[in-house]
Amino acid sequence: MTRRGISRAHDGSIRVELGPEERLLLASLPLQVEAALESGDPSLRRLFPPAHPDDEAAEEEYRLLVGAGLLDGRRAALQALERTAHADRLAPDELGSWLDALETLRLVLGTQLEVTEETSLAPIDPDDPEAPRLALYHWLSWLQEDVVHALAASLR
Amino acid sequence: MSQVVEAPIEVVEPVQDDARDLDRPWVVIVWNDPINLMSYVALVFRKLFGYSEAHATKLMLQVHEEGKAVVSSGTREKAELDVSRLHHHGLWATLRQD
Repeated sequence: MTRRGISRAHDGSIRVELGPEERLLLASLPLQVEAALESGDPSLRRLFPPAHPDDEAAEEEYRLLVGAGLLDGRRAALQALERTAHADRLAPDELGSWLDALETLRLVLGTQLEVTEETSLAPIDPDDPEAPRLALYHWLSWLQEDVVHALAASLR
Repeated sequence: MSQVVEAPIEVVEPVQDDARDLDRPWVVIVWNDPINLMSYVALVFRKLFGYSEAHATKLMLQVHEEGKAVVSSGTREKAELDVSRLHHHGLWATLRQD
């Protein structure tokens, strides 16, 4: 039986073993975040952290220099995930896009849910109105961990 | 962990030497955050800086346990470039002159 999730095959290719409903979810999430990327919504603050927290002028200069590039990178990765969400195999650069896109999705969702380091350890309370989104956050974490392991194996 | 706390003594502020000031390296600091996976942070350190798995893991654990770690240093330009690469990967990084 094939292992669920992301795994590296013997020939070095990347296999994706996910259910159809999981793939539909993966294909739909990027659009939702992409639409909000330039909204300036507070839940996006973790995507653009300050480089110079104590120097306003330097920070402004940094924003001008790298802000657009950061935004473009996030958008490109989200679009790549959307395009390849139904693929059974991924090329290495596509897997890199999955990693970046999952990072964006988790940063936004994690900020909205105000997660703490305990969030990933605590069981989800089914009566919590945020239970569905917490489950989604946990699922994205599981998938990103899988992608990290597949990529870390290639660095050795 | 414990630390030795010394009694405060009178501190004489050194006169700033402009030439030396320019020589002082800039350091890149990564701060702990509750969202990034530990395995992910170590992978980013390996990928961006070419650190060994052991060194990347050590730095990641320092971020996790102490709240922050210096992950690279150099000229202001290099430090700022490193910070932007870390930001591209979603890590909470800042720079300051050492």
